[in-house]
Amino acid sequence: MGASGAAGGRPLLSARGGRRSRIGDRLALGVTGSAAALTLVLVGLLIWKVVDGAWPAIARFGIPFVWERVWNPNVDVYSALPAIYGTAVTTLVATLIAAPIAIAIGLYLAELAPRRARGPVGTLVELLAAVPSVVLGLWGILVLGPFVRDHIEHWLGGALGWIPLFRGQPQQAGLLPAILILSIMIVPITASLSRELFLNVPRELKEGAYGLGLTRWEMIRCVVLPYTKGGVTAAVVLGAGRALGEAIAVTQVIGGFWGINTSFFAPGETLASRIASQYQGATTGLQAASLVYLAVILLVLTLLFNAFAQWVVSRSTIQVGR
Amino acid sequence: MNEAAVPGGPRLVASGRVRRRKLVSRAMESVASLASGLAVLVLGVVVISVLLRGLPALSLDLVTTTPSTGFDSAGGGIAQALVGTLVLVGAATAMALPFGLLVAVFVSEFSDRRLARVIRLALDVLNGMPSIVIGIFVFALFVLAHGQSALAGSFALAVIMLPLVARSTAEALALVPQGLREASLALGIGRWRTIVQVVLPTTLGGILTGTTLAVGRAAGETAPLLFTSSLAADEISGDVTRPLASIPVTIFTYAEQPDPVYHQQAWAAALILIAFVLVANVLARAALARSRRRSARG
Repeated sequence: MGASGAAGGRPLLSARGGRRSRIGDRLALGVTGSAAALTLVLVGLLIWKVVDGAWPAIARFGIPFVWERVWNPNVDVYSALPAIYGTAVTTLVATLIAAPIAIAIGLYLAELAPRRARGPVGTLVELLAAVPSVVLGLWGILVLGPFVRDHIEHWLGGALGWIPLFRGQPQQAGLLPAILILSIMIVPITASLSRELFLNVPRELKEGAYGLGLTRWEMIRCVVLPYTKGGVTAAVVLGAGRALGEAIAVTQVIGGFWGINTSFFAPGETLASRIASQYQGATTGLQAASLVYLAVILLVLTLLFNAFAQWVVSRSTIQVGR
Repeated sequence: MNEAAVPGGPRLVASGRVRRRKLVSRAMESVASLASGLAVLVLGVVVISVLLRGLPALSLDLVTTTPSTGFDSAGGGIAQALVGTLVLVGAATAMALPFGLLVAVFVSEFSDRRLARVIRLALDVLNGMPSIVIGIFVFALFVLAHGQSALAGSFALAVIMLPLVARSTAEALALVPQGLREASLALGIGRWRTIVQVVLPTTLGGILTGTTLAVGRAAGETAPLLFTSSLAADEISGDVTRPLASIPVTIFTYAEQPDPVYHQQAWAAALILIAFVLVANVLARAALARSRRRSARG
């Protein structure tokens, strides 16, 4: 990057060893350059191979695969709607729960926490992101699941049972535990990203706000949040993107039911959990291809989410005029 | 910040409005602290649950024997999964580390700005890719034609590790003072030797940190292995041409068994895994903080 500014790198005095080192430089450029090129090839190969693997199913079912509901190996007919519904609901609700909590944590770590607490609390929040999803899923099904069934769903059903979302028999596995597990996964990502953003708000702006007599919260509301709006949006979208593709923990807690239930208490399936739960069934050609087709949908959604996050960031930095 | 009484000036009395504004501010501050407390609490609850349930099942037998066969399949251990994870993660590191280093060196030492941005974008795309999609990619690439193998599994893990290693190395390289490079070049030392003998040694801490974090991440990944190295025999093996058992896949399958004995073993395996991952993370962070402090001082 910057080294290219260092004048071509050719030593002025090339009396001894000059040629040898120039060959070494060429070689190094070649080797590192081909590694970098291979990275680009890898991304291209990934997209191509996944689409290619799904091709039998794409050719057989076409685009209607996305809105049909059948998954039946006996008649070899497959489709995606229940998984798309499950993905949309769990990702959306988990993001709605996690985003405010994560932003609050970001604010606490950047603005409010006593200096001595910032390091340790920040590290603990980031360690939450390091917990392997299979461990979180194990905890989800054996500890969180029973708790959700006996307490949270019982209480929700009693208080909000008139809403179809909270109706039905409390269960150990279902959409609600999946939503909670996903929230736990989103929070540390969005929190540490937004903390970085909050820390970058210029000091003069904050002190100006205090100078006008604003309270801390008013300063945050009028200066910090508007200044970081774009970045925080991107942080939330990236967190949601993580939830979108999470396979293992969701598979463990969601109950694996192929169908659309309005109730959060009922089991369901997401795109990623469907793929993960069928890993042993991927034997017949068309069924395996249909699983890969689900992965294609997931891939497209992930790329869209990431592109959207990038777009938000680039747009907001232009506006700030940096 | 607060309206202190200015001597000689007009006296500022906290009227009802100001008091309310301060109250709102306090309330919001408490909400933010509570949110942080909640996150720490969740981490604590998860870790303590794993400790409480995993510790009783932890024994020497568990880590030195393979699952017992037959009807009394209550006993046995998960040694095959421990060895398998070591092999899988070791092979993945052997692929991702050199490759990631080369990519990072190219991005920060050789390429121009535009090319560097393209490669960064590619690394970001890889990094944001759901790990199950990477598993499916390797499934479509190798497994459909050649069947499952530890080699396919470790390749999938390497794809996950690559952006982590490359990005943290590139970040560490960007922190090396430009003057150091220029001084070396001015002495007539070529670009290549400057990189190997001057630039890279100063970034060793950063590279180590990034690699440790990537190893911690790879050791806990289940999704890439489901389609590439999950249908393994219950025996200790290092044969990379066949699928090998691993800790995460073992936890995943044991958690679905109805027999609570399997649940206990899953908790013990989770304890081993979470201890490894958290220790790796803490060590990596400590090393990073130390190298940052040293470079700030130097």
